[in-house]
Amino acid sequence: MERAHRDYDDIPGTYVFDSVHHRKGYHLNMFGMSLNDPKNRAKFAEDEGAYLDEWDMTPEQREAVLNREWLEMLRLGGNIYYTFKIAAFDGLNMQDVGAAMSGVTSDEFTQMMIDGGRSANG
Amino acid sequence: MAEVVYGVATSHVPAIGAAIDNGKENTPYWRPLFEGYEGARKWMADADPDVIILAYNDHASAFDLDLIPTFAIGVADEFPIADEGYGPRDIPKVVGYPELAWHLAESLILNGFDMTIVNDLPVDHGLTVPLSIMYGKPDKWPAKVIPLAVNVIQYPPPTGQRCFALGRAIRNAVQTFPDGDNLKVAVFGTGGMSHQLQGERAGWINTPFDSAFLDRLADDPEGLTEISHTELLRDAGSEGIELVMWLIMRGALSRQVREVHRHYHVPASNTAAGLIIFEGSEALVSM
Repeated sequence: MERAHRDYDDIPGTYVFDSVHHRKGYHLNMFGMSLNDPKNRAKFAEDEGAYLDEWDMTPEQREAVLNREWLEMLRLGGNIYYTFKIAAFDGLNMQDVGAAMSGVTSDEFTQMMIDGGRSANG
Repeated sequence: MAEVVYGVATSHVPAIGAAIDNGKENTPYWRPLFEGYEGARKWMADADPDVIILAYNDHASAFDLDLIPTFAIGVADEFPIADEGYGPRDIPKVVGYPELAWHLAESLILNGFDMTIVNDLPVDHGLTVPLSIMYGKPDKWPAKVIPLAVNVIQYPPPTGQRCFALGRAIRNAVQTFPDGDNLKVAVFGTGGMSHQLQGERAGWINTPFDSAFLDRLADDPEGLTEISHTELLRDAGSEGIELVMWLIMRGALSRQVREVHRHYHVPASNTAAGLIIFEGSEALVSM
């Protein structure tokens, strides 16, 4: 699923959820969406692997979910609003996930935001 | 005659709703944000709109990747609070205004905006946090609410020009509502300001961009509609592209507006929180 260059491709560290990402990540994202339902959260809590078997994901996507590799999920077509439902399931907040994706601790990330965000800090 | 007389643009960060729900408004982290909301809440109590047409985006709550309407209008009697993955917020249900919502749907479609019409519409933080910001924690929401859901998650969202033109069409549609004697209508545009939740660039904030956007919204909204999606993604962050929804609000107001309140604070969670309020009727502006 390749496509011609687009003018947003050079924005660093950014995964624009376009048609290519959508098609790659459809099942991964729909699994994330399913965690809106408390019955599905209970099933996922009971046995993550068994619940993931119900979803037609690639082995890479499945591993990324089991290992909570937030950045890898984006690379495999995940959309942050869908994958964040897995983080919410874990009791994490958006600073935790932002920190993991940018390679710092949650405390460091939170402090960066208090100091004005990434543009002020590079 | 019914008229759009008020415009409110505000961020809709879920953590702001959680801070309100959990009584954290006066903690050191949150106090600077909520101090800036005090004037807005006082204004809101005085303005007391009858109905709010609230432009927001659904975040994988009512819509998923199987159905992605660019513009959807909620026409039901009421809208339940969505479970976004951690249980629904404990807030009053959102009461709709089907007569006006259907009038809007018909008028907008006949004037070239092909709206998706929705009854089953659980509303998430995109819609409820702006209500909490403006009203606090009432027993019931003082105004009826017409949800106007805009896709900004799947690329491409509607253009800024299209959002501004939709606002214009909403203004005209409200004025032809036959049952609208002295109905005071507010239009909310929500989301933004600069933020990026995803990728190695998570935490992106661009205060100069946000300041210019706030400065130009009253008198140069057409100029703001010329900002391309790629510029928004680059300058305001991948989730900052939500700012196109602010242009729906601005389009729904009179050409001249009076700014009555503004607040900007970094951070609210991972976001630059912005709030701006306009009074937009011809009569109010000339006062």
